Order: sequence, then structure tokens, then C-alpha cells
Amino acid sequence: MSKIKSLDDLRKIKAIVEEKMKLRENSANSEIHVQVKVAMATCGIASGAKTVMEFMIEELEKRNITALVIQTGCMGYCFAEPTIEVTMPGKDPIVFGYVDTSKADQIIEKYIKRGELVDGIIPKNYESI
Amino acid sequence: MDTKYRMHLLVCGGTGCIASKSSQLIQLLKEELEANGLEKEVQVISTGCFGFCEKGPIVKVLPDNTFYTQLKPEDAKEIVAEHVIKGRYIERLLYVNPETQEIIRDAKNMGFYRKQMRIALRNCGFINPENIDEYIARNGYSAIAKCLTEMTPSEVIDEVKKSGMRGRGGGGFPTGLKWEITSKSISDQKYVVCNADEGDPGAFMDRSVLEGDPHSVIEAMAICGYCIGANKGIVYIRAEYPLAIKRLKIALQQAKEYGLLGENIFGTDFEFTIDIKYGAGAFVCGEETALIHSMEGLRGEPTIKPPFPSVSGYLTQPTNVNNVETFASIPVIILKGSEWFASIGTEYSKGTKVFALAGKINNVGLIEVPMGTTLREVIFEIGGGIKDGKKFKAVQTGGPSGGCLTEKHLDLPIDFDSLTAAGSMMGSGGMIVMDEDDCMVAMAKFYLEFTVEESCGKCAPCRIGNKRLHEMLTKLCEANGVEEDLDLLRNLSVVVKDTSLCGLGQTSPNPILSTMENFYEEYHAHVFDHKCPSGQCQSFRRYYIDAEHCIGCMVCARNCPTNAITGVKKQVHIINQLICIKCGVCMEKCKFDSIYLN
Ligand SMILES: Cc1cc2nc3c(=O)[nH]c(=O)nc-3n(C[C@H](O)[C@H](O)[C@H](O)COP(=O)(O)O)c2cc1C
Repeated sequence: MSKIKSLDDLRKIKAIVEEKMKLRENSANSEIHVQVKVAMATCGIASGAKTVMEFMIEELEKRNITALVIQTGCMGYCFAEPTIEVTMPGKDPIVFGYVDTSKADQIIEKYIKRGELVDGIIPKNYESI
Repeated sequence: MDTKYRMHLLVCGGTGCIASKSSQLIQLLKEELEANGLEKEVQVISTGCFGFCEKGPIVKVLPDNTFYTQLKPEDAKEIVAEHVIKGRYIERLLYVNPETQEIIRDAKNMGFYRKQMRIALRNCGFINPENIDEYIARNGYSAIAKCLTEMTPSEVIDEVKKSGMRGRGGGGFPTGLKWEITSKSISDQKYVVCNADEGDPGAFMDRSVLEGDPHSVIEAMAICGYCIGANKGIVYIRAEYPLAIKRLKIALQQAKEYGLLGENIFGTDFEFTIDIKYGAGAFVCGEETALIHSMEGLRGEPTIKPPFPSVSGYLTQPTNVNNVETFASIPVIILKGSEWFASIGTEYSKGTKVFALAGKINNVGLIEVPMGTTLREVIFEIGGGIKDGKKFKAVQTGGPSGGCLTEKHLDLPIDFDSLTAAGSMMGSGGMIVMDEDDCMVAMAKFYLEFTVEESCGKCAPCRIGNKRLHEMLTKLCEANGVEEDLDLLRNLSVVVKDTSLCGLGQTSPNPILSTMENFYEEYHAHVFDHKCPSGQCQSFRRYYIDAEHCIGCMVCARNCPTNAITGVKKQVHIINQLICIKCGVCMEKCKFDSIYLN
């Protein structure tokens, strides 16, 4: 990591990462087709988010789906943990709640592979600035 | 990747909507689709709670985002015939904005989605908290860059003052003013302390911020350091938050590697470092003077203010203590400007507040709303209403220092001053919702139990007074209360409040006073009618055997753990009230419904 010495340095990093993040969210042509965010705050982990995250990473690879699985903080839906947010290229993110490995399996098979939704979607109820 | 379905009907399957027949609606929608041969084109999905239970059941149609509310199972036919097949909106089922009477078709334009606004939580659940680059991509560290390169410390302080930001740790003290006072204290060494002790039962706002967006706190501490003239920051965090600690450490390391902490930040001569100190999880250590003593290696006991930490704090040096959420909001204020921030909220409480919803509410979780949002909006529109369709009774805000608010407060816009005026307080943002089954005397007892445990014991009113208050409440709940107890309870509460040394004792009787104010009839019933109206206090329960239905099967007698039931086979049994421990096993086991509760 090289040091950030000026506002310009910061802006450069920002531009590069922003581009990367945009790619992973919007582009249909990018290498990465699917992005899965796993809510890994205490509440999520306590209800099994780690297992779900590991399952997602392993299974997506086994099933030959190029995807980016990342951890994130609390989405606020503690009642429905573990929660994951799946973003398919060019689509709005969808949050699934009460995800265990069998639900995760369904999400991969149905939503990620075929665009079918599965029960247990958590409607997003906030805007971030 | 080919999408099999052209359309999705998302039907709310939250508890509230199920109670209003959403399962039948789902069934009928599926049948209708099948009848029209559309089951391969249109998928029906049951979702988690939309939080909008007052208008349930709800169907959201994708991809066009149409939002139908208050549906009945028989509407299924029309939805399929009109919307799915002909692509026409069904006006009468669309949501109508109650204020403007305007029909809203696209869910994105519904006010309900805009009820929440995330400022402190802006990155939680959005970025990977262990990757500083993602924080930077979301404008991270631009605020400190702006402060260091374009603004003088007093300009930054002015900006924070003008924003109207008040401390989120409970007291609501104006943040800019605190920074100004600390900046004016003269000393060679000053400190910035982040209070991450978060000890209120049911509160987890600060933990979530640190777990989801630790850099926002780091950046703001550095900004504060620049303003007050401090080069050292300390995060005081309870050791029970291992994940928050881990992420904070990773974040500190990454910030250091980028040179965003350390010397010559952004090429200026500003230097700032941050250490972590661990708390052992004592509630009183969240109080700033106790916190400082705990950091100094002394007992975590408060001392009298003044001197305030801003003048004499850690190691007797000027110390600026702010809460996690306070810090997390600062970078946004700098970047978006004080005017923008001050445009959100109420006259004297600006911006947003994070609340942790807990208790008998459907959507237990973290929410962030502009100040001035009503309790009704929080509980019924965002929180999804009361569990199991029960009736709302009260909500405790401000944790053990706060009070309860009731039905009559539901339309109160929430801010620091309105809550105080209503006999409660904002506190740090815990909201515990209670329903008709909760006894308010028992609730007060629960909080007093907590304060008795957590009192540091330094001053007599808090150490002894709270103990006596707790004893009296126990007496009431155990059906031994007498008339004098009620007066005594109230008087002693006032004395403890008036004479305690720190905020803990000065507020600990609040749950008693506010429940006595709002639910006096329950206290009255415990003493005079010998009864707990909500049925929660077990000591008042009396189980009886209904002589008409009892067939003398002896099942209850055999299962009673204290042998309180006597009787001969095929004859009516009797419960000995003196031995009965009110466990209710007999009632559970009786196959003939012949045991009842008074
Ligand atoms: C008993 C007691 C417990 C407190 N616990 C906390 C706490 O857990 N977190 C916190 O930020 N403030 C807590 N406070 C308030 C702090 O004393 C202090 O006012 C606050 O940290 C200042 O930050 P702010 O101005 O950003 O709110 C507590 C106060 C009292 C009296």
C-alpha cells in the first residue's frame, strides 16, 4: 500500500475503487456476474452467516458461477438473519432473509442461475445517503 | 443467464399480513395464474415483512414496481386479469398518499420508503468494513482531507455548530459547542475519546456502526483532533464486542498504512494516532467521567462535574468525549455542509437518529430516521407493528434511564426535547416495545434490577436507594404490596433522582415514575385488587379445577411438581393454593380443559 499524501492521491484511489464497485454492480459484460453480500455483523454471525458465506463461496465456485461474495455490516434486518443481498448484473439488489445452507442452495439454483425468485425476500425499506 | 419469468408478484408474508389472509391471497393468485396458463411466466413469491402492516396485505409487482395495498383474497382474480394479462393498473387497489390523496403507483415514490434515512449507518450493509478502499470509494477520508487542506479548525467547529448536531450518546449536548470548549482549554496534550461502551440493555447501534463502518468513526475522531488540537485518540470499547474490536483494529491498521493516521496526514503537519482501551462491560463506565477513570486504570466510578472532561479529563488533560454515532455522522456534515444537515429534523434536534427496535415488535432491527419521525411511523410503518397481532401498550425509550411512552404519545414527533417533555428521554436509542401481556410494574422492576446490578456503589442514594426501590417493586410483583408502598416508591424515586452523584442514579428511577404516571391503575391493581391486570406477575395467579368438567383422571395430580393437587380417581380434584407454585403444568396437561386461571 502506498501512502496517501494528498487529496489527489485519495481521489485516484476513489476513482479506481469506485469503478471496480460499479463494475461489480452494474456491468453485464464484466467478469463478475453476480455479487453476493452477506450481512456479517454480530447478529448475522450469531445466526449462522459465516456458514452461509462459506457455503456461497464454495458452491458458486463448484457450480462454475463467477461471483463476488463479500461480507458487509448490518443491513438492519436483524429479525431475519442471516440476510444476504444478491445483485445480478443490471438489476436492483434483492435481499433474502432467513438464509441457511438449503435456502442458499435454492438462491443459487433458482435466482442466480435462472432469475426465479425464492420465498423469503426482505423488502428494502430505507435509503442511504 | 436467461430469466424464466417475465413478472413476479411479491406478496408480503409477514405475520401481520398473514393475519389478514395473505396466504389465501397467494394461493388464489397461483390458482388464477394456472387457470390462465401463466404459471410459467409469472411467479408468486411470499416475502418477509414490508413493515407496512397497517396497509396489508401488500403485493409488489416486479419489474414495474407497482404496489397494491389492503388486498383481499378475492382481489386475486382482478390482479391477474387486469394487471398481469392486460397490463393495466387497478386504481382502486393502489396506495393513496394519506396527506395529498394522490394515488401512487410506483413503490419508489411511496413516502414509506423515505421514512428511513441512513446517515450514520450510510455504509453499513453496503461496503466491506474490512476494506478501506470501499470506504474511500464512498467519499471516505474526503472530509478530513477537506478539513486539513481547506479549513481552519475554527471553521470546522463552526460548521459542526451550525449543523445543530447534538450528542447521540444520551445527553444531547451540542457537539460543536463541546469541541469549541475543548479547543479553548489550554494544554500541551489533549485527547479525543470515542465512547463505545454502549451498555443499555437492548441497544446495539454503536456496535453495528463499528462493525459495519469503522472508518467513519476513525475519520471523525481525526477531524475532532484537528479542531481541538489533539494528536491522540482513544476508543473505549467494551470487551464483549469482539467483532467490532476486530474490525476496528483492521481499520486502524489500514488507515495507518495509507498514512491517514500517523504523522503528516495529507501532507500537512497534522498528526493523529488512535489507541483502543477495553472496558469490562460495566454500564456506569459509559458515563464519561467513570469511563475516563477506567481508562486511567482506576475504578470505573464517576466523579462530580465540573470539572468537565473538556477541561480536565484523561490524565487531567482536556478530553473530548463523543459517542460512536455522533462521530459517524460528522464526515457527512463536513462534506454535505451544515445547511444540508440542519435541514433534516426538528427545530432543536437536527439530522437522523439510529434506533434499535426490540421487544414485541415484528421487525426487530436497526433503523435510522430523521428526528421528528413519529413513534407510530417507527413502530407501525417501519417496525411492522406488534408481534402476533397483539395490542400496543408502551415503548421504553432511553433504556434504564428513560421512561415509557404510551398510545397517547404515538403521534409525538421524536426528538431530544419532545421525549424529555413526555417524561422519557432519547437516551442512546434503544426502543423496547411492549404489548398488552406486559406488566408495567414488572417492567419497572426489570430496569431497577439492572441499575441495582450496575450501580458502582460510590454514592449512597444510588447504592441504597435503588436497592430499596427494587425491593418495593418486588414486593408489589409478589402480591405483598400495601398502600404505603406506593407513596414510598414515588417519594424515594424523587430523592434518588435528586441526590445521586451521576447520571446513573439521577435517571434510574425514571422507569418507575413514568409507569406510575402512565399506568397508575396497574400499581393500584397490584395493591388493592390483588391482581396483575396483564397476568404477567405469576404470584397473583390462581389455578382452579372446574368441578363440572373434571373427570378425575389424575393426570394433573401426577404431573404437578409440588404435589399440590389432591383427589381420588374419578372424583373432582382440588388444587392446594398454598403449595401451588403457579407453573401452569396442570393446565397444559389437562385433556378436558377443566383447569382455569382466575
Ligand atoms: C450511566 C450512564 C451511562 C452512559 N453510557 C453511555 C454509553 O454507553 N455510550 C455513550 O456514548 N454515552 C453514554 N453516556 C453518556 C456519556 O456520559 C457522555 O455524555 C457521552 O458519551 C458524550 O457523547 P455525545 O456528546 O456524543 O453524546 C452514559 C451516561 C450515563 C450517566
